[in-house]
Amino acid sequence: MFVAIILILVAVGSVLFHLWSPWWSTPIASNWGYIDDTIDLTFWITGVVYILILFFMAYCVWKFQYREDRRADYEPENNKLEWGLTILTTLGVAGMLAPGLIVWNDFITVPKEATAFEVVGQQWAWNYRLPGKDGKLGTAATQNITDENPLGINPNDPSGQDDVLIQSEDLHLEVGKPVKVLMRSIDVLHDFYVPQFRAKMDMVPGTITYFWMTPTRTGTFDVLCAELCGVAHHAMRSKVVVDNASDYQTWLAEQETFAQSIAEARNKTKTIKTLASK
Amino acid sequence: MADIGHDAADYAPPAELEEVDLYHAKSWITKYVFSQDAKVIGIQYALTATAIGLVALVLSWLIRLQLGFPDTFNFIDAAGYYQFVTMHGMIMVVYLLTALFLGGFGNYLIPLMVGARDMVFPYVNMLSFWIYFLAVLVLVSSWFLPGGPTGAGWTLYPPQAIMQGTPGREWGIIMMLLSLALFIIGFTMGGLNYVVTILQARTRGMTLMRMPLTVWGIFVATILALLAFPALFVGAIMMLLDRVLGTSFFMPHIVELGEHLKYGGGSPILFQHLFWFFGHPEVYIVALPAFGIVSDLISTHARKNVFGYRMMVWALVAIGGLSFIVWAHHMYVSGMNPYFGFFFATTTLIIAIPTALKVYNWVLTLWKGNIRLTLPMLFSLGFIVTFVNGGITGLFLGNVVVDVPLSDTLFVVAHFHMVMGVAPIMVIFGAIYHWYPLMTGRMLHEGMGKFHFWITFLGAYLIYFPMHYLGFLGMPRRYFEMGETSFVPESAATLNEFITVTALIVGFAQMVFLFNLYWSRRNGIVAEKNPWHANSLEWQTPEMPPGHGNFGKELPVVYRWPYDYSVPGVEADFIPQNVPAGGTATGAE
Ligand code: HEM
Ligand SMILES: [Cu+2]
Ligand SMILES: [Cu+2]
Repeated sequence: MFVAIILILVAVGSVLFHLWSPWWSTPIASNWGYIDDTIDLTFWITGVVYILILFFMAYCVWKFQYREDRRADYEPENNKLEWGLTILTTLGVAGMLAPGLIVWNDFITVPKEATAFEVVGQQWAWNYRLPGKDGKLGTAATQNITDENPLGINPNDPSGQDDVLIQSEDLHLEVGKPVKVLMRSIDVLHDFYVPQFRAKMDMVPGTITYFWMTPTRTGTFDVLCAELCGVAHHAMRSKVVVDNASDYQTWLAEQETFAQSIAEARNKTKTIKTLASK
Repeated sequence: MADIGHDAADYAPPAELEEVDLYHAKSWITKYVFSQDAKVIGIQYALTATAIGLVALVLSWLIRLQLGFPDTFNFIDAAGYYQFVTMHGMIMVVYLLTALFLGGFGNYLIPLMVGARDMVFPYVNMLSFWIYFLAVLVLVSSWFLPGGPTGAGWTLYPPQAIMQGTPGREWGIIMMLLSLALFIIGFTMGGLNYVVTILQARTRGMTLMRMPLTVWGIFVATILALLAFPALFVGAIMMLLDRVLGTSFFMPHIVELGEHLKYGGGSPILFQHLFWFFGHPEVYIVALPAFGIVSDLISTHARKNVFGYRMMVWALVAIGGLSFIVWAHHMYVSGMNPYFGFFFATTTLIIAIPTALKVYNWVLTLWKGNIRLTLPMLFSLGFIVTFVNGGITGLFLGNVVVDVPLSDTLFVVAHFHMVMGVAPIMVIFGAIYHWYPLMTGRMLHEGMGKFHFWITFLGAYLIYFPMHYLGFLGMPRRYFEMGETSFVPESAATLNEFITVTALIVGFAQMVFLFNLYWSRRNGIVAEKNPWHANSLEWQTPEMPPGHGNFGKELPVVYRWPYDYSVPGVEADFIPQNVPAGGTATGAE
């Protein structure tokens, strides 16, 4: 009796916790509402199964508890029942998998109108690069990295000269505009993760990874690193600010391009050298 | 029903070979230290695994103290925290669970349950244990070397694992890789033994389809391990070369602290494939023995045959086979080709079907049983609850697109603890309460056992069930501290405190359990022979605990499956496997 009651309490308690818990997904800020829907669907299907199994166990434990004068049934197999359960389970699994795969297909199919920008991870900071006026990102590689070119942008690629660099500062995005997030790392694995966007992807040195999304509301969101990247992994933070169009343009106009940053770096070394020679 | 393995028969095939003489220990040292008796080796494995498991348990307290009460404990810094997490995870998965299920239960139970006198290669079996022991020592040594143990996470992902920014780069990672290599060598020796013993040394009449599911579970898990561990082995050796000799298997061109390193051209993702080609089957290496054992516990203590025995066997085999084609579900957001997602999500969700069938068959075994709420039964119930819970969250993570927001959050931590931490450990406890009388001749104390069960079961549920919700919220795993964010509410800190306090209480209950193990050896109630009225052969030995050679003068002959409980028309509610058709149980009176 006691055991059966506890089993029921576990079932009921879990459901109540689910309904009343103050801890739940953050309000979404991207187009990936379908992901949330797939989660909800999975909750429904699996939740029902979970509760049924717990109640069934509770019933058995209560009803068939040991008595000296009773005997257990002897039924080694029951093909009909076993096949029935197999088919039901297969249907349930298909019911979760099919929508999941459809949404996954959306997730990896980048729409043509998405503009690309780049996230560059390093221990333990975030850098971003947006295409300049030409709308194109220049090529880049870790091999190109120097003191004055910390992101390794190809200095000989003309389309890279006007790229906008944001180093260890907030990233801004324009609301309602789909973006393709290209990711690169110059040292170890990192992972670009904004909980409200629902998307994340590892950043792997030596390759470029991507996902796409559309920010759907303005606001400031935390960027976290979600792949263990060393001793300051938890402190690798940044922010992304989703602006309306005019705020975004104002912000963009204030940012430095690659060509400007190189020139500035050279000036600085020059002054340092002249100062030193004096 | 003639083709069903559980029909009893008078006929047993004649012996094909004469018995080979056993190795007999000549001194105390060869009897208890360098022993070649599988029962002693099993206990040696179990004790070593428990000892190192206690280290991992203490580490989990330290991790929890930091998560529950950040900024409180000065002796935990970020580097230490990552070292704790890494060592905790690796010890729990490999050095505790794998060693305990296969080395511990495998050694103790396989020969007894299939009716053999010992493993077929007793000397190799002894080596297996001592190499495992050495692997544990090498692992522990990293605490005493400069830089301490590695903090690379139990997944040891390069490049990070062998770079400056990760604690333990000096020696820790080297010792970890060496220790794993040793573990695998030792395991391979034991594993070949288990497989060959099961295939070749079964007693007369013990057909494969008359083996207890415990043996089936250990058998399939061992085959998985023999096929999966080599992937980890090569991965470990390649990383060792990258670290020590400067090769670039896993290392692309890297700039660290403004300096170009000498590496170039390697692939970090290659390591992940190798790791998870081992890592996923590893989950089942732990789970399948638990599945097998729990089937036997439920059947024995519900006085009813396992429902759908043949289905249970085929499900074990199917899960084992499928477990080799799902590994990349751990890599959905690793940057591998995203089209792999379709394939691996499909295979992963397919594996849920045979797994679900096993669950149905366990609960259907309870249906119309005559259920004794003994400690093994209680732990089995606890196993079903936590396993179903953890299996369900696996359906979230396996369904590729749902994994995207959840991967690398506390949801994952909660999921794998529930499914491969709590659930198999429930089975281990149940198994210990079940077989302790066989091993020692005494029963464990019932009151302490009940205390242990309720605190552990309810406590573990309270620790991990709410933790999923912190994952939904977006809290990442492997975070020394959350620090300031705009999305984590104050209340999450309160929940973390609650989880920590609960974890400490659950930890305390384990001390009670250990005390019970110690105390009952001298003071426990003396067990009657075959105290649970079980059918399988380990309980039918002439002496209890079974002596050297297990079965006295003559090996038992098997006439039926091990699940003849409550057979209609037979007075006793069990008929041991070595009773011919029409015979009755001895000792059933
Ligand atoms: C005594 C009960 C246990 C407690 C309280 C506990 C607690 C924890 C905590 C707090 C973490 C760190 C999560 C994070 O990174 O944020 C962790 C990690 C981990 N635990 Fe446990 N754990 C326990 C038992 C186990 C068991 C039995 C296993 C065996 C499967 C296990 C396997 C792991 C693994 C594989 C990791 C991941 C390590 C990593 O991220 O590299 N734990 N545990
Ligand atoms: Cu990072
Ligand atoms: Cu897996």
